[in-house]
This record gives sequence, structure tokens and C-alpha cells, in this order.
Amino acid sequence: MALREKSTAMMGMHTEQLAGRTQQRFFSPEDGESFLYPGAYDVDFNKRAEFDAGPLNATEINLKLRDLMKQGYGTIVIKNPGAKHGVAVGILNRLNLKIEGSLGYFGCGLIDGPNISIKGRVGWSCAENMLSGTIVIEKNAGSTFGAAIRGGDLVCKGDVGARVGIDQKGGTIIVGGRAGAFCGFMMQRGRMVILGDAGKNLGDSMYDGTIYVGGKIAGLGVDAVEGEMTDLEAQWLERKLKLYGLAAPNGAMKLTKIVAGKQLWNYDNLEPAEKKIVL
Amino acid sequence: MCGIAGLIHRKKTGDIGTEMTKMLVSLKHRGPDSTGFALYGKPKGNELVLRFKVAEQEDMAKGFDIHQQVKDRRSEVDRRLKELGAKILKEEEATEYAFRYRIEYDGDRRKLADYIEDIDGAEILSIGLGLELIKDLGDATRVSEQYHLKGFNGSHAIGHTRMATESDVDIRSAHPYWAYPFADVSVVHNGQLTNYWKGRRALEHRGHRFVSNCDSELIAVYLADKMQQGATLKDSMEDSIEELDGVFTYLVATSDSLGMAKDTMAAKPMVLYESNEFIALASEEVAIRSVFPREIDTFDPYEGEVRVWKSE
Repeated sequence: MALREKSTAMMGMHTEQLAGRTQQRFFSPEDGESFLYPGAYDVDFNKRAEFDAGPLNATEINLKLRDLMKQGYGTIVIKNPGAKHGVAVGILNRLNLKIEGSLGYFGCGLIDGPNISIKGRVGWSCAENMLSGTIVIEKNAGSTFGAAIRGGDLVCKGDVGARVGIDQKGGTIIVGGRAGAFCGFMMQRGRMVILGDAGKNLGDSMYDGTIYVGGKIAGLGVDAVEGEMTDLEAQWLERKLKLYGLAAPNGAMKLTKIVAGKQLWNYDNLEPAEKKIVL
Repeated sequence: MCGIAGLIHRKKTGDIGTEMTKMLVSLKHRGPDSTGFALYGKPKGNELVLRFKVAEQEDMAKGFDIHQQVKDRRSEVDRRLKELGAKILKEEEATEYAFRYRIEYDGDRRKLADYIEDIDGAEILSIGLGLELIKDLGDATRVSEQYHLKGFNGSHAIGHTRMATESDVDIRSAHPYWAYPFADVSVVHNGQLTNYWKGRRALEHRGHRFVSNCDSELIAVYLADKMQQGATLKDSMEDSIEELDGVFTYLVATSDSLGMAKDTMAAKPMVLYESNEFIALASEEVAIRSVFPREIDTFDPYEGEVRVWKSE
């Protein structure tokens, strides 16, 4: 086994086979449930610590978090984050993290596992490439919210800027208020729920996944079409929203469902060589 | 990348020099090449504040007689001001090459600007009853200290930290831009305009002058042209959303107003804090936090949005 492949397998991560269309092979749910990253800290959720991030820069805040996890603290409170950039990134650990304030750009990016609550607002590119866990933001969020997330629940109870969930590859993004233009651009998998209005070009060039909108849609993007809501997904939506104290404005069945029309060129079955002949 | 910031006290004045310095220091990482301030102080009757320079900062290290040339150019500015009937009330030397005059002048401001800028190396940074436009190379701390901006009392301000991408690192390419020939109108911009040359040619044909090759200058001149034709500030800005092509977020200030506009792609950031007393906007929230250390509610304006606030 090649070194790269071997180390990937040892870490319990899935591998991708790039023959023909991309096929993903995942490990079993049991493996996923007990999975811990090599070097992950054994933390106790009942052990609580808090610190003042006011005088610290982003690197110092992140090192402090790591140090506390190393000491076994499973519940950590950050006070006065001051909208600094790059805070709480790369946490590959189970952790209850409470942020009492606002974050700047790229907050909580590349996380896998923690449950994070944020009392304030987050800037651009929050939770980029999130793999699992939950993030709940009480106020508003900037643009590029949840770009390329692969799993977990990302919730903003307020309004969000443009390009929510571009390149989303899994997980659930929930926006309690309004969202800007180009949300779900090139979305590939997962669910996005916008309870307020959505901006123009919603779901442009989406490959797959589902977008639900409670308010008005300024305009659909290329190949985004309206889908039919089923009882099963309405029930799922109600349960999911209830978890975070939210509800669809007129009931889940009244949400507008947007899916990929799958009429773009990349959905045909032609191989590149055949395409040349046809075109 | 560039960072932009703006603030307005709606019901009173404040130390906008210190506030804008703090905001721009927080945005230093978005562009360290140059920093600029457009500060709006309390007008003194009909006295005009004239900010001008007669050389670039980098010129001062060149040539054998640049120091004498600078003196000669300044003397020529003084002579031409007198020739046009302007009365110089007070002269201040901010740096060896940049000056602040208080003048009395009732004539055509465009004619005054054109005549002064006809002098080799001379550029008018601003003319206004309240506007004082200061820009130079270096970060906000350096420029603020160099021009003694802390303690500047006024109602509103905009500022800019520049990452040079489209044009040179020099003062003429630094923001803010004065909306020649309109007194008290200034603009800062973050983004790129893709129809710059087309727009510039059209405005030059209409008699407007450009002092740099920086695409951001187009916004200032564009708005000046619109307002010259009778449009309001807000209408001019709304037209700009359709007519300027590219990605942009810009701030514009007039004698009593502060405005923001964001392109239809919402590609450039802007965070906004709004209360009855104070409005603050910046490319990043961290700049607003530098003047509001406590927790506040902020939000992103949306694509194609134009907002204008007035000081009372």
C-alpha cells in the first residue's frame, strides 16, 4: 500500500477512487462513531474553563484552546473574542466551546467534532470545510458562510451575506433570516435551509443536494429547479429546526424546495472522446 | 485587497482623527502601501480648506535641487492663488511637500484647481468648507502622526489602506479621491473596475480631469459628473451600481453625508454598525471594534445595496 493511502486508511478517513465519475467509499457508521484523530485529546465535558481573549491574538487563542483540551477541559468559554480572524480553527476534537462575542473572518474553519455556540456575529467564511459537529450563531453572519462544508450542522439565527454554502458537500446549513445572492453555487450534497428571503442566482450550477427557502427567492441560478416537497422531508425539517429553536414561517410543507435540474452538460453519460464526436 | 472605513456622528462631533486612525490601523493588513483620510471638520464661515502637494514623497530623495524646486513650486502656488483673487488666511506645512491653506475664494473652483495643477508636481488633494483630505505612503500610524490627525474634531470621515494592484505606489494613486471639481466630496474604494478606460475616456470628453491611472478615481469623477448634472448623491450612487462594471464596495462622503454602495456580485466585504448616534462601516468588523470595544450588532449590506446617512 502506498504511504499516502496507508496513512489515510490508518486515520480512518475515506478514500476516493477517481475512475470515471468520482466515487466515494466511506467507512462503516460504527467506525465513524468511535473515530478519534491520532493525537486527539481525551476531554471531560464536565471540566470547564474560561479565558479572556481580549489581549490575545488569534494564534495565542488557538494555542490556549489546544492547551486546555490537553489538560482535559471539555467545556471552554472564550470571552471578548473581539471579532478577531481565524479563531477556533482546526479543532479535531470533541469539545463544547462557547464563544461570548463575535468572530472575524474564517472562524471555526476546518473543524471536525466540536459543538460551538457563538453569542455574537461571525465574519466572512465561517466554518469553511467543516467536517462534523455543530455551530450555532445567535446573530448575523458574513458572506461565504459554510463554504465547502462536508458535514455537521451550521446554524445562523440571523441574516447571512452572499454565497452561503457554495460548493457544499454535505451537512446542513440553516439560516434563520435572509441570505444574499449565489447561495448554493455548485452545491454537491447536503441540505440548506433559508427561512427568510434568498438572493438572486440561488443554487446556480448545483450538482445535487437540496435547498429549502421560507421567504421570497429573488431568482434561481442556472439548472436550479423547484422540487416537490415530501412528508418525510417536512418531518425531518421540523425536527431539525426545532433542535435549534427555529421553525419554518408557514410550516415545513410550505417551504420552497430547490434541487438540481441535472440538465447541464456534465450530467450526460458521454465520455470525453465521445463528446468530441457529438459536438 | 485594500481596506476601507467610514464613520459618521449623527448628532454631535467627535475626535474623528483618532477614531479613523484606530480603524485604519486595524485594517493595516489589508494594504500597507499607503493610507488616506478624508476628515470633515466644522466649517468656518465661507473659508475654504485647501490641501495640496507639490511633490511625491519619493521625489524628495531624488535630484540635487528637489528641496529648492519644492519651495519654488509652493511660491508659484501662492502667486497663482493671489492672481485668481484668493486670499490666503493661514498656511500650514504638514510635510516638506504637502500643505494646508485656509483661503477665501469666491471664484470658479475648477479654474482654481486647473491653474494650480498646471504647476509641475502640484496636485490638489481637496478643496472644501469642511473636507480635509490627507494621504501619504505608509501605514495609518505613520500618516496620522506625520499629519497630526489625532484630536481632529469633526462629524464624519472615510479612510483607506491601500494594497496597490492596478497602479503605482505613490500619493496620486492613494485614496481617498476628491471628486473634482466638487468641494467636500471624497471617495474610497475596494475592488476593481473593469470598464475603467471606457468610463475615463467618456468623462474626459466631458471635460473632467484625472490625476492618476487608478481605477478608483473613476468613481469620484463619475459621481462628480452625475451631481454636476443635478442628480442627488443617492441617485448618482444607484446609477453607479448599473454603470460601473467590476467588483467594488465604495464609500463616499459629502459635506453632511456618508454613503456606501456595493456591487451586484457582493464580492467585496463591508460590515456595518448602525445606531441613532453613530454609524461605522469597514471592510472588517475588527476595525469597528477598535472604536467600539463592547459587543455590538453588526451586519453585511447586501448585493447592489446603496445607503446614505446624514449628520444632523
